[in-house]
Amino acid sequence: MKKIYSRPKSLKKAVFHYCPGCGHSIIHRLVCEVIDEMNLQDKAIGIPPPGCAVFAYYYFDVDMAESAHGRGAAVATGVKRAFPEAIVFTYQGDGDLAAIGTAETIHAANRKENITSIFINNAVYGMTGGQMAPTTLSGQKTTTTPYGRDDNLEGYPLKMSDIIAVVKGAVYVERCAVNSPANIRKTKKAIRKAFQTQIDGLGFSLVEILSPCPTNWRMSPIEAWQWIDDVMSKEFPLGVIKDITGGKDAD
Amino acid sequence: MTGNAAIGEAAIRAGCRCYFGYPITPQNELTEYMATNLSRKKGCSFIQAESELAAINMVYGASLVGARAMTSSSSPGISLKQEGISYLAACELPAVIVNMSRGGPGLGSIVAAQSDYFQATRGGGHGDYRTIVLGPSSVQELADLTHKAFDLSDKYKIPVIILGDGVLGQMMEPVEFKYEAPAELPIRSDALRGAKGRPSKYIKTFTSNPAELEEINWSLFRRYELIKREETAWETFLTDDAELIVVAFGIAARITKGAIKTARASGLKVGLLRPITLWPFPSEAVKELAKRVKYYLVFEMNMGQMIEDVQLSLEGQGEVSFYGRPGGVVPTPSEVSRVISRLYYQKGLK
Amino acid sequence: MANVKGSIEISQELCKGCELCVSFCPKRLISTSSKLNASGYLPAVFNDNGECTGCAVCALVCPEVAIEVYRG
Repeated sequence: MKKIYSRPKSLKKAVFHYCPGCGHSIIHRLVCEVIDEMNLQDKAIGIPPPGCAVFAYYYFDVDMAESAHGRGAAVATGVKRAFPEAIVFTYQGDGDLAAIGTAETIHAANRKENITSIFINNAVYGMTGGQMAPTTLSGQKTTTTPYGRDDNLEGYPLKMSDIIAVVKGAVYVERCAVNSPANIRKTKKAIRKAFQTQIDGLGFSLVEILSPCPTNWRMSPIEAWQWIDDVMSKEFPLGVIKDITGGKDAD
Repeated sequence: MTGNAAIGEAAIRAGCRCYFGYPITPQNELTEYMATNLSRKKGCSFIQAESELAAINMVYGASLVGARAMTSSSSPGISLKQEGISYLAACELPAVIVNMSRGGPGLGSIVAAQSDYFQATRGGGHGDYRTIVLGPSSVQELADLTHKAFDLSDKYKIPVIILGDGVLGQMMEPVEFKYEAPAELPIRSDALRGAKGRPSKYIKTFTSNPAELEEINWSLFRRYELIKREETAWETFLTDDAELIVVAFGIAARITKGAIKTARASGLKVGLLRPITLWPFPSEAVKELAKRVKYYLVFEMNMGQMIEDVQLSLEGQGEVSFYGRPGGVVPTPSEVSRVISRLYYQKGLK
Repeated sequence: MANVKGSIEISQELCKGCELCVSFCPKRLISTSSKLNASGYLPAVFNDNGECTGCAVCALVCPEVAIEVYRG
């Protein structure tokens, strides 16, 4: 028998500090698999966020630089403009990209920056202990919405990918999830396509990934993965939101 | 040319690859100069960003990958940049930040003031750090110090702030550029350029280990001590026989020179100490003067900021008086010379 | 039709006992150990009865990259 599956080369051999069942672990691995398959290890520059993934540089064996909260798209803009040969990706949580980073994300997309944003949506602020995120669902209990999110007081779950899709410079926007084998495969395909969009110089790409946070959802990993199917993806439907890249699957 | 344009031209000649800015009075001519002269230059990038906050983060990004990068703004916009400047300092990344300051606090006024001295010289953002701060007082000096700022920034891996003001930015004077733009835009050797042929690197400021952060802080401050020893700069004007020394920087020093000429014509023995590096502040120069001179007048266009550095430097050796006009009011040389005369006679000087 | 033979190795020390592989294995060949690993988790164990096809779904869903898959 021969080994058909093992750790991707660009994923460092380190124990993840993420919780059991966390989506970050899966997504880090998928991004590294894509980096390996597309031979990008030499050229990739990743911009991780503050948040649980602040330690992404312990895992991704590519050049990486920390960004201030929310500023990933602006930092990536500076990187790409000064070093266009790099493949630049941000890796941002829902608070990072859709709360404090809304302006930077929208405007980077608007300027058609050739960067890729990987947007981890787990409907909560993980690292700081489970506060409300822009993508927290209506009625969802978090530490700052202890009575359940009230749309009239706290606003509605924000469909950031749909907002970005309206921006002309955004050419590929897809929402995926990592809560089942089928969805994990689709997420990998989307990440691959996003990097290809950048390599082809077509414009801004965004992959939103519904990601389980068992700890802050107060669920077991299996329950969390199920909740994405049963509840979260009803509010945040999966699929291609925009694709004007002109490829064979494009709109 | 105007001060604002001179900064732009000097930056281009220093090999500035990226400029990211945002409109704010009174520095718009600099942003526009870069739009006209940098944006179409091969390998270069100009972005009018969505905010001053985005602009400083773009500078951070460009600096990460080894480019000479610059941003500019005026007081309220510089406040927005403080987070980014703290990150640049923490990561030991070079960058040049130009503040053509105006009256504050708040939205303030659109004319010149010097009320960002504390913000510039005490770090400005969160955490223990410093940036080099240069205080030009003429259009020529704006050009010379802008060029120097890029070199200092790269040499010491520290952000450099050029603390100008609205008058300097708008005034027009002859200027000689002593440098040509380099044939190849520089790329810093320790930059992130992709993990080709070497292990991957990461640049970060966060640590969950306080001992690690403590050592980083000490290491930064050891570098600051080196900068103090090597780069402190100041100008003295007619101080050799002075009985009263005015301490002023930037446009206030320019006004003071005019005032001192008038005072000297009436026989008053007055001189000027003009700090050129506001950080590091020329404390040794003050201490040297204090061996002979007892009376000091600090003149600033603010409510009293540099005066604290003068007092700290004197360590009680000497008497310090203050004349300040905040809010964007620009005093005339004759007004300042009246203040000098009054003080001179009050102190019983001959 | 010959069945494809497969096998897996689960690192007992990398595993955090999330039980996703237990849930997703189509042949139900993975269970949870009753012995704690060094990190204090109850890791997954592979019950090799010859039915594994090396489909790699377990490795696909494993967050910790704790599973290596063999096939042939």
